[in-house]
Amino acid sequence: MDDHSLLKQTPLHALHLSLGARMVPFAGYDMPVQYPAGVLKEHLHTRVAAGLFDVSHMGQIRLTAKSGKLEDAALALEKLVPVDILGLGEGRQRYALFTNAEGGILDDLMVANRGDHLFLVVNAACKDADFAHLKAHLGDSCDLEMLDDRALIALQGPHAVTVLAELWADIAQMRFMDVAEAELHDVPCIISRSGYTGEDGFEISIPSSSAEDVARRILEHPDVLPIGLGARDSLRLEAGLCLYGNDIDTGTTPVEAALEWAIQKARRVGGSREGGFPGADVILGQFANGASRRRVGLKPEGKAPVRGGAVLFADAEGQKEVGSVTSGGFGPNAESPVAMGYVPTDLASPGTILFAEVRGKYLPVTVSALPFVTPSYKR
Amino acid sequence: MLKFTDEHEWLKIEGDVATVGITAHAAEQLGDLVFVELPEGGSAFAKGDTAATVESVKAASDVYCPLDGEIVESNQAIVDDPSLVNSDPQGAGWFFKLKLADPSAVNALLDEAAYKELIA
Repeated sequence: MDDHSLLKQTPLHALHLSLGARMVPFAGYDMPVQYPAGVLKEHLHTRVAAGLFDVSHMGQIRLTAKSGKLEDAALALEKLVPVDILGLGEGRQRYALFTNAEGGILDDLMVANRGDHLFLVVNAACKDADFAHLKAHLGDSCDLEMLDDRALIALQGPHAVTVLAELWADIAQMRFMDVAEAELHDVPCIISRSGYTGEDGFEISIPSSSAEDVARRILEHPDVLPIGLGARDSLRLEAGLCLYGNDIDTGTTPVEAALEWAIQKARRVGGSREGGFPGADVILGQFANGASRRRVGLKPEGKAPVRGGAVLFADAEGQKEVGSVTSGGFGPNAESPVAMGYVPTDLASPGTILFAEVRGKYLPVTVSALPFVTPSYKR
Repeated sequence: MLKFTDEHEWLKIEGDVATVGITAHAAEQLGDLVFVELPEGGSAFAKGDTAATVESVKAASDVYCPLDGEIVESNQAIVDDPSLVNSDPQGAGWFFKLKLADPSAVNALLDEAAYKELIA
């Protein structure tokens, strides 16, 4: 995969190169893993000022009911996600999951109510499969459009709001998970107050042809640094957020993944639209009876990072295997290694000590509440 | 005498003992280090064995023993403060001192000019 010529490029590719980024293949795209500041400084800068991320590789999908009624689109999408879409107000966004018949997770996504349509943001590696999945199940009642002509950037961190308020003053009025349309430097953008870092911040969908211009102007602000995928991963890990393909996949259910909060009352047992999504029997059964394993935070006791894939044991001798780490690394703000993984439910209480195998040693790790840093969402 | 390997290590040879570290180029490629694990004094390694491990925020990397020998000293300072490897890779950021099994083996390593050509 060293042949970068086979990889797709985002509309900001030339900008990354001009900023001195180190590029790596990610989900079929040539993406910046870090800029000259490096992962550690990029991470810390995002938590105290503002970081600009190119997330244009993600899929942006417009879903419109053929009837023209938003509620028909909402009810159609509810057939694929265990989430209350009908109850999502105009100008609001919500986290969602595509589930399969076994209760596993096909992808995680954001869904926004844009008044006359739903706007979905899905993972890059899953976007073609997601689009086909939507088309197959909703194609009769809804029109679907993959918005390949739009870039997506994120500005994250405590200064993000002041940086963007210089371009659009009303942005400060937005609450966490609000979605609005506004012009930034005369370019019509779709802005949500959300992100993947645990910080206050925004994701901005921009027509591709104007994306580099808008990004360059935001980068001119002295508080803003460009941030690569390396720091994006360490920021989301500290924030306790799942990475699809690592922490959640077709083999994990929302209940096992500790994502019960993403399934609103309306879709649970006794709710007004109970069930009616793929794997409802499994997932609602786990709500009632519990799942046998659970995603938890893990804090290694020493200084050695425990990475994804490390096997977890109940004992320091590595005799009884009990689970595995799905994401792990060093948390620059936690100032220690941080990880998450799956353990049997009876070992999921914070304070439980387990042992992770790292280079033939069994290192003590403590089950810990997530996140590892306090989020600063503007609710 | 200063020598280099194509695994991006430097060796400062004094008699039959080599002080070993990673090059500035390697340190830059790895990024900010957050963890270093070093071999214990007295342990013996063959050329190419994993002698140390370094970790950045992103990933773990092995540091190979450049020649056959026995560890006579490890640099605790970089264990306590891994950022020393980034700030002074070819000085205070040294990894370990290796008593060479065969001091003449250093002749097969790269000199500085050859290493510079390798990373050019």
